[in-house]
Amino acid sequence: METLLSIKDLTIDFDQGKRFVRALHGVSLNVARGEVLGVVGESGCGKSITWLAALGLLGSKARISGSVRLNGQEIAGAPENDLAGLRGGRIAMIFQDPSSSLNPVHRIGRQIAEALKLHRGMTGASANAEAARLLDRVGIANATRRLREYPHEMSGGMNQRIMIAMALAGEPDLLIADEPTTALDATIQAQILDLLTELRRDSGMALVLISHDLGVVADMSDRVAVMYGGRVIEEADTGSLFDSPAHPYTRGLIAALPDIDGPRRRLESIPGTVPAPDQLPPGCSFAPRCAIASKICDARVPAFLPYGEKQSHFAACIKCRGGAPTETASMPGNKSALVPA
Amino acid sequence: MVQYLLMKIFRALVTVTLIVSAAFVVLRLSGDPAIIILGPEAPPEAFEAFRRNWGLDQPIWVQYFKYFAAVFQGDLGNSMRDGRSALVVVGERIPLTLAITLPALFIKLAIGLPAGVMAALYRNTWVDRLIMMLSVAGFTVPSFVLGLVLAMIFAVWLGWLPSGGSDTWAHAVLPTVTMGLVGAAVIARFTRSAMLEVLGQPYIRTASAKGLLWRDVVRNHALPNAAIPTLTIIGFLVGSLVAGAVVVESVFSWPGVGRLLVNAVANRDLAVVQVILLLVGLTMVGANLAVDILYGIVDPRLRIKRLQAGS
Ligand SMILES: Nc1ncnc2c1ncn2[C@@H]1O[C@H](COP(=O)(O)OP(=O)(O)O)[C@@H](O)[C@H]1O
Ligand SMILES: [Mg+2]
Repeated sequence: METLLSIKDLTIDFDQGKRFVRALHGVSLNVARGEVLGVVGESGCGKSITWLAALGLLGSKARISGSVRLNGQEIAGAPENDLAGLRGGRIAMIFQDPSSSLNPVHRIGRQIAEALKLHRGMTGASANAEAARLLDRVGIANATRRLREYPHEMSGGMNQRIMIAMALAGEPDLLIADEPTTALDATIQAQILDLLTELRRDSGMALVLISHDLGVVADMSDRVAVMYGGRVIEEADTGSLFDSPAHPYTRGLIAALPDIDGPRRRLESIPGTVPAPDQLPPGCSFAPRCAIASKICDARVPAFLPYGEKQSHFAACIKCRGGAPTETASMPGNKSALVPA
Repeated sequence: MVQYLLMKIFRALVTVTLIVSAAFVVLRLSGDPAIIILGPEAPPEAFEAFRRNWGLDQPIWVQYFKYFAAVFQGDLGNSMRDGRSALVVVGERIPLTLAITLPALFIKLAIGLPAGVMAALYRNTWVDRLIMMLSVAGFTVPSFVLGLVLAMIFAVWLGWLPSGGSDTWAHAVLPTVTMGLVGAAVIARFTRSAMLEVLGQPYIRTASAKGLLWRDVVRNHALPNAAIPTLTIIGFLVGSLVAGAVVVESVFSWPGVGRLLVNAVANRDLAVVQVILLLVGLTMVGANLAVDILYGIVDPRLRIKRLQAGS
């Protein structure tokens, strides 16, 4: 498959006044044309900043190194004007909290029209008609009337639909959806995910679906990257990730999923919390929470290496080189190799 | 909406009444206008006549109710100093005060708003530090000190401008500039924080992610939102157009309402003090209402809420 976006060795340091704190430690990810890449990990693992940095949206406090290529062309460190041209046009992004992601003092119509003008040169009546068509496309009834309303007059789910319509306005090749359903309740969440699936199928755009919830990512993604402590710690096609998860962290995430078909059981969440970027342990950053960690895990950061027979499955865990972890008895994940359909 | 405004007006009237009442009690109990105006050497009969004439011989609560009864009939009383209507005495000073406070308001906005916006846009750079240093200096130094320093430099040393009085337009320059600079410092600081608050909002990131250039993000998305809280402080400044010049008028002997107030308090010239307090109260209330109505116009969130709240 043709690579659309390629991130290589992306590193982010935040200027904290006196010192720099590294929040992202050399992340490499590829998105192929038309592909859905899921990105999971608990809050604070670096999921959002990876993609914000790729679009140059992190601001002046962030020092970024590494390479970001769009269709083979380097865009990391590109002039602001060039980046602005890509944003919303080639790569669109939607965010976690739709209601505060829309400008409260402008009407919906104006906010969509702005994108239409930027990327398709549309103004006036044609922009208006196209904006109405887009609202219709994302499942909002009474589109022409809605265009004259303000974000606060609509529910969170509606606002996320509007964000999606705005993202579609530039006819992007890639949509980055950063926790698009986290702020919404379960039914609305499912509707938004269905909408994204449908739009993607029709337009053929690639999708990066970011979530702290593996369940959200599981159904839609072709491939999943699991992030922890500012690194990608496992990456595989979705089937293989669920069939044979390598990293204890991934196993923990899978174990924490509610079991739809199986008997009811208590969800087993991973004990402990994600370390802050300035408090990472010396070796594997998951080691302090890991049930199978031992001394060697603290020695150095484990390399990201192929796992199992599959060429496309990678993991960064010393304990699971070449096969399943050896001491898995205490792991919550291993009794349930969940494979959602 | 109408209901909401009526409620606000009612509350404001209660506030003004309380202020006027407090002033009445304090002025009446804190000194005898007869002695102050006639002088301590005047004959006892003169004192008695003066007190009888102004009703000062009656119990204070009788005076109080008589005063309010008169006010409700539109009679705000006369100045004890020269017997003229207090309204006229105050009224003839208003243009003089506005002659310095209006240009000062212009200076405040013309310097304060852009300075605050720039400081926020260039946060933590030398631009921001410089602007904030000046701003902090501007409102920690009392305006009479700044006034005296400016008078020292431009009147005493350079001899370019007069240091006090009101004979020519040149006399208005120093009081105006003093007030303008102090106000600009306050506005700059307020605008900066309003702007920073807005720049941190998710919709600003959305505007950038959409592909807008930064200057368009600022112009189309940040400024309109930051303008909303800034309205409050502008309303406050407009509300203090009449009374905000007390200190500066005293420093530069500018014969406006502020200086009249100081003199009237010293003389216990109650009717004049009360007219000024009412005037101040009413301009404040008026400005406040105007801000409220404007809020409803510029902030779509409030527009809806008020429509639902009011009838
Ligand atoms: N502007 C910033 N300044 C300093 N630290 C930041 C900034 N943005 C994010 N971080 C830190 O980077 C880490 C990763 O953040 P993020 O990518 O938002 O996590 P998530 O995986 O939840 O999306 C977090 O620890 C966060 O505190
Ligand atoms: Mg995030």
